[in-house]
Amino acid sequence: MKQLRKTGLVFFPAFDWAISPTHPEREERLLYTQDQVFEEGLLDFENIVEYKPGLAAVEDVNRIHICVPDAKSVITESHLVSAGGAITAAEKVLAGEVDNAFALVRPPGHHAMRVVHGARGFCNINIEAVMIEHLRRRHGHRRVAVIDTDCHHGDGTQDIYWHDPDTLYISIHQDGRTLYPGSGFPDEFGGPNALGTTINIPLPPETSDEGFLYVLEELILPILGEFKPDLVINSAGQDNHYTDPITNMRFSAQGYARLNERLNPDIAVLEGGYSIEGALPYVNVGIILAMAGLDYSHVREPDYNPETIRQSDDITRYIKGMTKDVLDLWKKRRTFKPEIVKGARYARRNRSIYYDTDGIREQQEETVRICDDCGGFIAIDSMASTGNRAYAVIIPGRSCDLCRLEGQRHYGSIDKAKLGAHYLILQDRDRDEYIVR
Amino acid sequence: MILGIDVGGTHTDAVLLENFQVRKKTKVPTNQLRLVSSLIGVMDEILRDENPAAIERVVFSTTLSTNAIVQGKTARVGMIVASGPGLAPEDLRVSEDTRFVSGYVSNRGIEVAPIKKGEVEAAASDLKASGIAHLGVVGKFSTRNPAHENEIGELVGNGFGHVSFGHRLSGNLNFRRRIATAFLNASVFDLYQQFVGEILEFASRAGIAAPIYILKADGGTVEIRRSAEQPVQTILSGPAASVMGILSLADCSGADGVILDMGGTTTDIALLAGGAPLLEPLGVTIEGHRTLIRGLKTRSIGLGGDSRVRVDGGKLVIGPRREGPAAAFGGPWPTPTDAMIVLGLAQIGDAAKAETAVLETAGKLNLTVTQAARAIFEKTCGDIAAAVGTMVEEVNNKPVYTIHELLEGRKLSPSRLFIVGGPSAAVACRLGEILGCEAVIPRDAEVANAFGAALARTTAEITILAETERGSLTIAEEGLQMKIPAHFTRRDILRIGMEKLRERAIRLGARESDIETEIVEDQEFNMVRGFHTTGKNIRLKVQVKPGVIAGAGKGGVTP
Repeated sequence: MKQLRKTGLVFFPAFDWAISPTHPEREERLLYTQDQVFEEGLLDFENIVEYKPGLAAVEDVNRIHICVPDAKSVITESHLVSAGGAITAAEKVLAGEVDNAFALVRPPGHHAMRVVHGARGFCNINIEAVMIEHLRRRHGHRRVAVIDTDCHHGDGTQDIYWHDPDTLYISIHQDGRTLYPGSGFPDEFGGPNALGTTINIPLPPETSDEGFLYVLEELILPILGEFKPDLVINSAGQDNHYTDPITNMRFSAQGYARLNERLNPDIAVLEGGYSIEGALPYVNVGIILAMAGLDYSHVREPDYNPETIRQSDDITRYIKGMTKDVLDLWKKRRTFKPEIVKGARYARRNRSIYYDTDGIREQQEETVRICDDCGGFIAIDSMASTGNRAYAVIIPGRSCDLCRLEGQRHYGSIDKAKLGAHYLILQDRDRDEYIVR
Repeated sequence: MILGIDVGGTHTDAVLLENFQVRKKTKVPTNQLRLVSSLIGVMDEILRDENPAAIERVVFSTTLSTNAIVQGKTARVGMIVASGPGLAPEDLRVSEDTRFVSGYVSNRGIEVAPIKKGEVEAAASDLKASGIAHLGVVGKFSTRNPAHENEIGELVGNGFGHVSFGHRLSGNLNFRRRIATAFLNASVFDLYQQFVGEILEFASRAGIAAPIYILKADGGTVEIRRSAEQPVQTILSGPAASVMGILSLADCSGADGVILDMGGTTTDIALLAGGAPLLEPLGVTIEGHRTLIRGLKTRSIGLGGDSRVRVDGGKLVIGPRREGPAAAFGGPWPTPTDAMIVLGLAQIGDAAKAETAVLETAGKLNLTVTQAARAIFEKTCGDIAAAVGTMVEEVNNKPVYTIHELLEGRKLSPSRLFIVGGPSAAVACRLGEILGCEAVIPRDAEVANAFGAALARTTAEITILAETERGSLTIAEEGLQMKIPAHFTRRDILRIGMEKLRERAIRLGARESDIETEIVEDQEFNMVRGFHTTGKNIRLKVQVKPGVIAGAGKGGVTP
């Protein structure tokens, strides 16, 4: 007999919302999942409780994102419900009403970066990040680990927490050389103030349960053991499934259930997954049963055949090597800073970011103050093909006195007109302020 | 004339209506051991000197099935369950006599694995060998495609007395509840069959040619012969009778409302949305069995006129137990009824005894006797109002699955309070004040249950799933699967659904004039293959909702 856990479920399929009628992110994405969850009678179990999602506020979005021209222009109500659902799930866990919770909501969010000019990879706002910062605001600071098990690299979540030493972001995904968004390699390891709190594990196409669970046991769980997060979040994409139409992996419902049982996240939030008939109903039932400590051993897909989705020996060898390399990198994470920084006071990166869903191109220059006491204040100059240009100064949570002072001084020194920016923004997380000039 | 009878736990009430007004009413003690004799007794009495040919309709509400289940006096039942993958069989077992067989259909009703003849036959002979007479047959997603249940039914053949098929009992998804529902249905089948036989025999002897109906848990009626196929639908019809009584006695039309039946031990709460009683979303729960039996949403709290009043840690506690009658009637403890007597809100019983009892409570609270009575009265009303508030909040917090409903969904906001039961006159005004509702005490409230049974219309519900890509349409409750052309739209499907609903209602005993239909669920999705829409997935649920038969007048008094 397994240990029963009380599990909260925020189920919000948004049956009246789609990116477009035939887009993968469309009305019936969770229809068959709803059928399966209802038919299995999961909501009748005493230890599974369903909650109605709350609505995230625009302030929740502005706490973490720089939306250009403003939040209302880049999001719809569906995004506030989706982020609100994640917040509801997390609040129930922190209030002790449940042991863990699963926000089975859409649309997803992990491709949404800090600056938002529109939708990327079906995402407008990062629902996990909105949730995490809401929790930190309401319940005080928490060390958080986000384990992103979506098949696509969560480049949005990585971007948002790139400089945050208190948020560990681990992504396990199909190799970026073979799949959107093309990023997520082991050398993407966090900004200079947060080295090692971004971990990327790209897996080769056709990796099956065995490979995912190997990485979990040999890499992710040991790293979590060292990082000691207060909260573990599974950014739970379901597109590693062997039936997913837009990816090439071989994960199964049994594998997903086992992963959640072993990872034991406090909160799981649905991300991608577009095999709406062949995978999602079974994967979701598996995850819910596993989180609740119920027997999931009989859950399987109608066409499940472990023989045909077994990974090759080459893949097994490759994954073992990759795991060892990434673990070595993690162990040496504290040694890299001097050679990367080379005595500079600021670090700068220039990027070109494409918003595939909305067809927008953004040029971004991001500058962070090198700091040993906090994540460092950040300045971002962002120009998009929409014609919008924004300049933002971000004073991070738990900022040190110096970063706060320099950040404020820098914000005060900017001449908007001279710079050619339409919007000048100050985001001060400790004071929970968002000021637009 | 219409005859309505309610077999309650203590009394059996009968009411004979002429032009929807009470012509005669009578009450006999219920014989729990032989309910049918109470029924026949009360009918004999009320029909004395009446012309049986003038009776147009007879309706019973009976606790027969409920009692059998609650008291464990049900028959041993075998279950053959085609469980498919998902929950572990151990999480599905409803009794020791549950046998699992392979074979299942997907959530779209497409066969994934076939039924294995040998397994079914082995299970059946094994069950038969242990002396089991009745069977329940349930498959996962059988409401999406009943073929497997039917196949199992054919394989077990005539070897069993009765076979309850899951898909016929409800169109809702929920495998575990479907198993429980079929199990309970089979387990009360014999007992109920016998009851129907005896009633029909009596009716024929008494010269009653009118149709006879039974009240169901959803507050609707069903013709008695039809009810014998699904006796489990008649459980928990007691609270349904009381709600339907209020619906027939008072004008409940239009508004959201609260219905309270305040007895000696408990207060039962039900809710009205736009004048119609709210139903449980999936089905009622009885003796720990969560079922798919359509039933009114009711909540019972342990607080009534005779609840014991105590002081615990300087605080008043009322209920949840009744330990005898009110002190004014010789009971051992002070009760809300005694407080009402002290306050002059009720002129019953021995006022001196009531005052002595309340005085004792007053002493413990350091209050005068009037203050203590006021405190007891306020807490009684406050606790009931709080329970109502919680129930309304639960209804309003029910999860919804569209952005439209989440942002603009209708909220239940009761504006009227209908109250029956012993203490109703004393508490109505104050409860109305606390709840912000206009309080109404229906006339003839003492026969509300029998009255409600008499006037309840026949209800019916069907669940329709259509996939235009496959050209298939399924109506679970009817066991119907038909082919449809690919060009069919939601409107075509709805037209078929409404036709089938009407046919079903008539078959269950409805009169044309009472068939008031409505759409309960209405969903339409694209089915996309690659990036092309290949068809529609249309899901409808339509019903004849609970209500009173056409022509019934409505009244009620405001206290």
